[in-house]
Amino acid sequence: MMQFMLLFSRQGKLRLQKWYNAHPDKLKKKITRELITTILARKPKMCSFLEWKDLKIVYKRYASLYFCCAIEQGDNELLTLEIIHRYVELLDKYFGSVCELDIIFNFEKAYFILDELLLGGEIQETSKKNVLKAIAAQDLLQEDEAKVHELRYKNFSNSAPLERISS
Amino acid sequence: MNPTDHGFNPAFNMAVIKEVFNEALERVRTPTPMRLRDLIRQIRAARTAAEERGVINKECAYIRSTFREEDSVWRCRNIAKLLYIHMLGYPAHFGQLECLKLIASPRFTDKRIGYLGAMLLLDERQDVHLLITNCLKNDLNSSTQFVVGLALCTLGAIASPEMSRDLAGEVERLMKSPNAYVRKKAALCAYRIILKVPELMEIFLPATRSLLSEKNHGVLITGVSLITEMCENSVDTLQHFKKIVPNLVRILKNLILAGYSPEHDVSGVSDPFLQVKILRLLRILGKNDVEASEAMNDILAQVATNTETTKNVGNTILYETVLSIMDIRSESGLRVLAINILGRFLLNNDKNIRYVALNTLLKTVHVDTSAVQRHRTTILECLKDPDVSIRRRALELSFALVNANNIKAMMKELLTFLEKADPEFKEMASSRIVLAAERYSPSIKWHLDTLLSVLIAAGNYIRDDVVSNVIQLMTANPSQQSYMVGQLWSALENDNSDRQPLIQIATWCIGEFGDMLLSPDSNVQISETEVIAVYHRLLTSPQNSPITKQYCLTSLTKLSTRFQHPDTHKIQELIESFGSHVQMELQQRGVEYSQLFGKYAYLRNGLLERMPALEITKPSTNTHNGSVSQDADEEESVSPAENQSNSNALLVLLGGDTGDNDIIKPPAKAPSLDTNQDLLDLLGGLDSGMDSISEKPIDLKLNNDSSIQNNNNILSMINSTPDYLAEPLPITPQTRDTTVYDKGGLRIDFSSQKAADVPNTTSINVSAHNTTATDFTEFVFQAAVPRTFQLKLLPPSGTIITADGGTVTQILRVTTPTPAPVRMRIRKLTTSLPTVFNDNLTFCGASNFSPD
Repeated sequence: MMQFMLLFSRQGKLRLQKWYNAHPDKLKKKITRELITTILARKPKMCSFLEWKDLKIVYKRYASLYFCCAIEQGDNELLTLEIIHRYVELLDKYFGSVCELDIIFNFEKAYFILDELLLGGEIQETSKKNVLKAIAAQDLLQEDEAKVHELRYKNFSNSAPLERISS
Repeated sequence: MNPTDHGFNPAFNMAVIKEVFNEALERVRTPTPMRLRDLIRQIRAARTAAEERGVINKECAYIRSTFREEDSVWRCRNIAKLLYIHMLGYPAHFGQLECLKLIASPRFTDKRIGYLGAMLLLDERQDVHLLITNCLKNDLNSSTQFVVGLALCTLGAIASPEMSRDLAGEVERLMKSPNAYVRKKAALCAYRIILKVPELMEIFLPATRSLLSEKNHGVLITGVSLITEMCENSVDTLQHFKKIVPNLVRILKNLILAGYSPEHDVSGVSDPFLQVKILRLLRILGKNDVEASEAMNDILAQVATNTETTKNVGNTILYETVLSIMDIRSESGLRVLAINILGRFLLNNDKNIRYVALNTLLKTVHVDTSAVQRHRTTILECLKDPDVSIRRRALELSFALVNANNIKAMMKELLTFLEKADPEFKEMASSRIVLAAERYSPSIKWHLDTLLSVLIAAGNYIRDDVVSNVIQLMTANPSQQSYMVGQLWSALENDNSDRQPLIQIATWCIGEFGDMLLSPDSNVQISETEVIAVYHRLLTSPQNSPITKQYCLTSLTKLSTRFQHPDTHKIQELIESFGSHVQMELQQRGVEYSQLFGKYAYLRNGLLERMPALEITKPSTNTHNGSVSQDADEEESVSPAENQSNSNALLVLLGGDTGDNDIIKPPAKAPSLDTNQDLLDLLGGLDSGMDSISEKPIDLKLNNDSSIQNNNNILSMINSTPDYLAEPLPITPQTRDTTVYDKGGLRIDFSSQKAADVPNTTSINVSAHNTTATDFTEFVFQAAVPRTFQLKLLPPSGTIITADGGTVTQILRVTTPTPAPVRMRIRKLTTSLPTVFNDNLTFCGASNFSPD
């Protein structure tokens, strides 16, 4: 089972964190700091795995972003690379050639997509199409609500329309 | 919301109108909050950390105020901003309750952000759990699948044991939902619940089995994950699920044989995620189960041979297959196939694949050593890998593969590795190399050469015990001493400030075998002056540790007796310069050794005789860095008054193992000459009585406690007397007294007892009685036994036997290799009794002594 996933930039800025086990905030910060420093210090010719406490850390760099997962001893590290890759593919499809800025400004979307791919640290959907379909349907729900809201305000007030929370 | 809401609808009821009106009012009253996008821009525009903090603190203060005012219109936006701020590492706990309020909202947008906030800001230790449990319960019953999905996802992320208990029923119901989207999420929720509260497994068992008959891969994979967890959880469940092996095999077979399906294809492999999960479950089901293993043999072989290996995906599956083959009771052919797959992995360009291959080989090397041996050269090649983790694995694996047949070839590679290794490797690698060399060395010369290479390559990373091991090895192999001393001397000529252990060993050996170094048939040609010059450099270099310098000092002192024409003056000068050294230990040595060049110069030769071969049977336990100098220290610490007699005793003791000849050279004609000759008599007498058995004379002067301590220490060091002898032995009650000597008013009685649990040890209670009217002073009782015996003399009760019935008692412990009669030679010395008795005694059985 995956224990947590971190996304961070080459500058060491955290872009996304997903914890599948409960830890106090302080510990999470400590772990994050430690792993970011360790991974950024590794050279490109080194392999994508490292042993860290009783966990295996699997990371991969895509452009300026590092994707880093912690898995248990019995887990398949090569498969974890595939999961990371799948997640990147999904982000890419959703945003249309994703870049770091997309994830910064739409971080909640990045979480939503991850939550349709993994649940409780295990894969829940192996079809890309199904994940994107589920996300699109939920986005549509939100848009409908926004439209309704907009209409209401059009009729009852002259305030600016309510945008999607992220835009 | 209802689709009829589009456009103005006069049918809006009053409540809605009121709500919207209130919202509009609020918007007029409070200005529109900053948008998330603008906040992120502002934060990113901050040029300094302080500026960023300023922006964030201002916004946090604002968000707090809106929370206080129960602003529901902008709550969603504010929480979204807060989550961003939280990711930057700022405190955001004050948003927890607001998240719950969002979850309780009927709007999907609010719920989506609310649940996201809950997953990020709450974890299972929060007290707000009761509130969230109620929210979750509501949403799990929602008619919108995505609301149910959000609730399940959140439950899976932050479920506490209490929440798990409260909501297990709901989750079980949803596992049977007709909607696949809900079913797969419910299955993983059940998996998390079992992780938290294993006893809840029972509830989910009935609904689990049917998950495997699904077509939907999402449900299939979550079902397999759930079953895997259940099987790992309890043995009963594992048995229960053994019957699904054929189902799993069928699913896997369909995946491999099915044609291209775009939905689940990953670079030409059909759903690798599902394949890996199934292989893992098969591994658990087939472990230690012949029947189940049999059922999956074919499919494993099929996966192992049919999987495309050009991409990472294919190798992912192969890797999982190999793990399964190794874990179950698979056929031997299949196991070889698995190891060969790993061998192929080692040649792969992808470093990740090489890494997992080494890791897996490391796990299997103890089971299938010969199969792994075939890939030895590839493994050794990995020692040169640019990746440090791969090097580490390869190193561990290499050590696991070392054996008597390949030691020479392997060691060459390992030593090359050691030379270039990073510091973090050196300690581990060097001690493993030392161990391997010790275990598999083909010859003693090779062994010593290897050790020398290790000492040079690993420098200060050598562990301390290696120093004493090498010294023991040197002393025990006279044939190699001359050669090695030459080698060590050559090594010593380089700059070795980062190789303290090497200097220590080299100086010890040169000190001990200095005569060999300088002899004409040595492999190096040097003069005594050169040697002293090197010592001068070693002793004055600030880079050398005090312990190394102690070795050097002792060695130099010894050299003064090894050289043919020693420049004693120069040596003495060098040693005396340490008499005022700031380091206590060095100063002590400086002062002590100076004595050997001054007042007690006549002792020097005797004291610095060559050491007997050290015991190798107990390596690396009792000798540590510096202990050799301590031995010399002990020899030195005897006060001048006893020096005379003690040096004799020590001489005898030190010479004991090298042969009788050594002790025939008393260092000086001193008052104790007669005792020395007596001692020889003593040995001679025993010799003639014992045929050709050589003796180990043990001679103790019982003058005072300190010298006895000294002697005993050295005695035990040399004899390596078993520890149990030092402990009081349990003694059987039967004793018998024998008078072994009764002359001139001195009577000595032996009363012997057999130790109960150690049959070959006899404890003899010696009591000496004075029947004359004058005191016997400085009474000493001595005993010697043949070499095959071991003797331990405990301290006597005193050294003066007072007149008219005074008594001194002492205990002897004699250990014989077989239950043979105890034989010994005894004598007593006292200044006040002119006669010295010499008696050769045979102690028969447990009771009887008879003078020969």
